[in-house]
Amino acid sequence: MAETNPRAAYLLSAPALALFLALIVAPLVMTFLLSFYVFGFYTGIEPAFDLKNYADVLSDGYFHEIFARTFLIALAVTAIAAVLGTPEAYILYRMRSAWRSLILLAILGPLLISVVVRTLGWAILIGNKGVINETLMGLGLIASPIRLLYTSTGIVIALVHVLVPFMVIAVWAALHKQNPDTERAAASLGAGQATIFFRIVLPQAMPGILSGSLIVFSLAASAFATPAILGGRRTKVVATTVYDEFLNTLNWPLGAAIAMLLLVAVLVVLLSYNRFVERRYAQVFG
Amino acid sequence: MSRNGPLALAFNALFVTFMLAPLAVVVAVSLTPTGYLEFPPSGLSLRWFRAILDNPDFIAAFWTSLYLGIASATLATLVAVPAGLAIGRYRFAGRGALVGLFMSPLTVPSIVLGISFLRFLTTIGLSGTFVGLVACHAIIVMPYVLRLVLAAVVGLDRDAEKAAVSLGASSFTAFRRVTLPMILPGVAGGWVLAFITSFDEVTVTVFIVNPSTLTLPVRLFAHITQTTDPLVASISTMIILFTVLLLFLLERFYGLERLLVGGGGRE
Repeated sequence: MAETNPRAAYLLSAPALALFLALIVAPLVMTFLLSFYVFGFYTGIEPAFDLKNYADVLSDGYFHEIFARTFLIALAVTAIAAVLGTPEAYILYRMRSAWRSLILLAILGPLLISVVVRTLGWAILIGNKGVINETLMGLGLIASPIRLLYTSTGIVIALVHVLVPFMVIAVWAALHKQNPDTERAAASLGAGQATIFFRIVLPQAMPGILSGSLIVFSLAASAFATPAILGGRRTKVVATTVYDEFLNTLNWPLGAAIAMLLLVAVLVVLLSYNRFVERRYAQVFG
Repeated sequence: MSRNGPLALAFNALFVTFMLAPLAVVVAVSLTPTGYLEFPPSGLSLRWFRAILDNPDFIAAFWTSLYLGIASATLATLVAVPAGLAIGRYRFAGRGALVGLFMSPLTVPSIVLGISFLRFLTTIGLSGTFVGLVACHAIIVMPYVLRLVLAAVVGLDRDAEKAAVSLGASSFTAFRRVTLPMILPGVAGGWVLAFITSFDEVTVTVFIVNPSTLTLPVRLFAHITQTTDPLVASISTMIILFTVLLLFLLERFYGLERLLVGGGGRE
């Protein structure tokens, strides 16, 4: 098993490669082609090469609203996750290890529990007769329930819960790369806690915040189960719209076109963000 | 390093509460003796846990999810170990592209994967079948296994293997008796993480099941979008307990911190 024998490497990766060519490359290509097919209520799906589906989506205000809502939800989730997840990662980083393992389990454990279960928890918490509204009304803080269920706000709250662990992980990893001496140096020169956090820790955590934001944004933009349960029929996002086209309307070509537009939108955001980050950090560290 | 101040500890307490509240509330309402979701429950009863037994479709869905998780995690591990060895040890043309391809299930939105699998499985006549589910889930969980295998392979001491070969072991024997035992924690950790990912998956799966191959999360999802009764809470509580048990196993075998922050998860 010499490292220089590429034949062995190709043989070893052949089974995985075959599986992926058959089950991810072929299906994605087929779906891309499907998005150009035409659909009629009486004729069904017919092979074609027609840009009509894309034109329909891009010219229809109904779809604009859905794409805009999805984008805004993803943006809000990313911003809130960064604001909450960054200090939490820093607190964890400074915690003694016995406590840290326990807290880490509490924060990252939910990541491994089905998103359906977690979303159910939020449905119970934020309903009109949910725990949050009943408590606030019981305390006399509000007169009538705040409408959270079936709204974008409710979806944002639950998605922050679902995705913020990714931010904590990313920032945590970045913090471990920093040199703790920089903090001590700042402290010995008389910097206060706040100054140390904003001037020393935050800039060094920035690569983690940025990579965490990428993950959170792309997952929030394509989230399905949470908006499907908490958004109901009214507050639709791109993923639930694709689901409806495929499994209710049965207009697969239109659903495929919407999904392809989502894929392209997410990729464009990711790539331009990457370039922005690279340029910025080339300036800082270059 | 300086200690966290009171403000930091208060923030930490709020954050942990935020993370655990939705799970705690599910467990709490599952204990209600009434026929509707109430919080706090007016009494304690296991009525809705007994009710699970009267719903054979949920039990069937649990077995489907269990077998699916085992089969897809095993299939993914079987192809990820050799691929991980190849990627971790050799420099060859197309290596970067291969890593990108194997990690792509993490970057392509799940909804896009779901419809692509549906389109593909329908074309080859496997839509809704268990075999189709296993193959698609193997793709979805592959990145998790591969990442842990890679972490194990890269940190490996090659001398023991070289010694085995120089003492006359065939390269397969050297792999089986020397390399495999050394990367086993990574492989086992990857398998369990893959199992959990498959067991929880809903966005892709919802497209490729049929009524006879419904998985537990998809069955639960379908039930919740129709009605919310304490039954969904008691089933969710069972899922939480089952996952906590697996987390405990992972902690023993591999270490959660290493799994979630080090080699595992997304980067």
